[in-house]
Amino acid sequence: MSDLVVEDGTRTQPVAVGSPLLVARDVKKYFPIKQGIIFQREVARVHAVDGVSFEVLEGETLGLVGESGCGKSTLGRCLLRLYEITDGTIEFAGTDITRLSRRQLRPLRRQMQMVFQDPYASLNPRKRVGQIIGDPLKIHNMGNRGSIKSQVQELLSLVGLNPEHYNRYPHEFSGGQRQRIGVARALALHPRLIIADEPVSALDVSIQAQVVNLLDDLQDELQLTYLFIAHDLSVVRHVSDRIAVMYLGKIVEVSPAEDLYSRPVHPYTEALLSAVPIPDPDASAHRERIVLEGDVPSPVAPPSCCRFHPRCRYATEICSAEEPPLVAYGTGHIAACHHPLNVEETPAAVFS
Amino acid sequence: MTDSDQPPLLEVNNLRVSFRTEDGLVRAVDGISFTLRKGEVLGIVGESGSGKSVSMMSVMRLIIDPNAVFEGEVIYKGRDLMKLSQDEMRDIRGKEIAMIFQDPMTSLNPVYRVGWQIAEQIRNHEDVSKREAGSRAIELLRAVGIPKPELRVNDYPHQFSGGMRQRVMIAMGLSCNPDLLIADEPTTALDVTIQAQILELIRRLKSEFGSAIVMITHDLGVVADIADRVVVMYSGRVVEQSEKREIFYNPQHPYTWGLLGSIARLDRPKPPRLTAIPGTPPSLIDLPTGCNFAPRCRFRFDQCGIEDPPLVDKVGDGHLDACLLPVDGRASQREAVINPGMAESA
Repeated sequence: MSDLVVEDGTRTQPVAVGSPLLVARDVKKYFPIKQGIIFQREVARVHAVDGVSFEVLEGETLGLVGESGCGKSTLGRCLLRLYEITDGTIEFAGTDITRLSRRQLRPLRRQMQMVFQDPYASLNPRKRVGQIIGDPLKIHNMGNRGSIKSQVQELLSLVGLNPEHYNRYPHEFSGGQRQRIGVARALALHPRLIIADEPVSALDVSIQAQVVNLLDDLQDELQLTYLFIAHDLSVVRHVSDRIAVMYLGKIVEVSPAEDLYSRPVHPYTEALLSAVPIPDPDASAHRERIVLEGDVPSPVAPPSCCRFHPRCRYATEICSAEEPPLVAYGTGHIAACHHPLNVEETPAAVFS
Repeated sequence: MTDSDQPPLLEVNNLRVSFRTEDGLVRAVDGISFTLRKGEVLGIVGESGSGKSVSMMSVMRLIIDPNAVFEGEVIYKGRDLMKLSQDEMRDIRGKEIAMIFQDPMTSLNPVYRVGWQIAEQIRNHEDVSKREAGSRAIELLRAVGIPKPELRVNDYPHQFSGGMRQRVMIAMGLSCNPDLLIADEPTTALDVTIQAQILELIRRLKSEFGSAIVMITHDLGVVADIADRVVVMYSGRVVEQSEKREIFYNPQHPYTWGLLGSIARLDRPKPPRLTAIPGTPPSLIDLPTGCNFAPRCRFRFDQCGIEDPPLVDKVGDGHLDACLLPVDGRASQREAVINPGMAESA
């Protein structure tokens, strides 16, 4: 819905360091559902990402949270052009990359890398670790065999693995170690932006903390920018400077991290936060739980207007009649809701 | 506990499960003991490979592997389940003890309608007509909060979402009013909002059906929410066991401290860093001598590598822990792990 978006890109005040590194404007990704054996016709579309606009600032970590099926992973892949987007524009470091050819894209690929969720599936089991991490270097002609080997060993020790393990296969490593290999591979080309798609959710808690701390240290050391996609709100709060909440293909709230937790504006954010179990029995017994009814609706035919209205306890008629625009509530805090919570003053500005 | 003088519903004594493999003997469960009272919710916490699932699968006698070796006793209502034949066990499984598995996507049969699957379980254990079993299936689906159950009984599993399938699994588990329900990570595959629905449901069923529940999980938040008592497992052993409040407010074992320190929490101010537990769990084929956790423990001393710490009550109130550290020094050590920032400023 392009009318919800301001074109001038100034809608969020920079709350973290730097200027926008990655800007998404009204990005849409629909997957066709086809039927027929020889003549396939499109019978419906999955609205995986449906008009998402946001920016990732240089040097910050933007957390992207949402439940499974909300389109957060699809969005992550669209941003790297791993999927061709249906509509919208993506700018990276001032360049519109939406229509670049593969060849034109290649030098930019160096600067944006991805860490995948499943460390068991994202490493080729037939390749040695040295090859897995070294291949990006080879593809981009960054050194001869000897220098690639020394670069890989440097990367291995950077992510806390033994450089001697250069010749081992992925199956010889535990889940946490594999995820470190995935991180090393992403770092090989000295990227500016790393999109981490659920990098810790497949790991045990004690190992999660190791990988989260590693990502933290690497960011300080190498001045990285992260887009951290996850469903675990506690981990996202820990790593992020700003957080965007997605529901059914749309961003419903963007806010500085602490602000989101102390003052959620969108009812969906409120419900998500209240659903996170808290490891403190007394606090857990006394807090108010908002149990949402039902499941996330199908993205093939999402509810009209506000997509959250069928599950929202504050919903009124307007929610199914009019799509709520993204409105600013305080510095860098925007949300799309007709019945915003935790808001005393009138909205600062309405984008329409 | 008012009914503490009653005999426990389930008593696991020194259960050992090991698997013979080409590489050696894998000690998946290495001598665990615990008891469960009627109507109680016991949370079993541990990381992958700590033996929490294997131990409960063994209690259900669901591990049928010629290379598995079992030792120890599982006393349920006075009978040792380990000594029963599979036929006798089949009468208990589903009727007296039911189990819910982690992955609701794979634990239902995709080629049968869900109503049929629930009714089959009822007809296996009770002498009822097909029609009656069918109507009980509808009632069960209604009890676990599935809308329009009279229509949904005729659906196949793929027509349900993940959360709905887990509800079907729970309905199946409850179909014969079991006295004990074993839930193996029932919410791990689900989103938080759906997890909240399922936990709410389990809480309600506990009060309505009065079943005792064993809740296997790796999420301390889920334990804090739902358990009465907690068992913490590490590499096949119980390292700590107590009432829920004690585990969270007065934990005694360094592994429990590590777990509490390594989780990002929404209810506390954000720490600069999470306190990760260094290293990885030991291989179950080649366990270290002495305490299994010692190689990763920052408070280890010489004795930890020699002596196997027994699981004993050192602080009173039935709070057991398997650690050799002197009790009086633990409070400050614990603070250094769980609240590193506060310990330094204090």
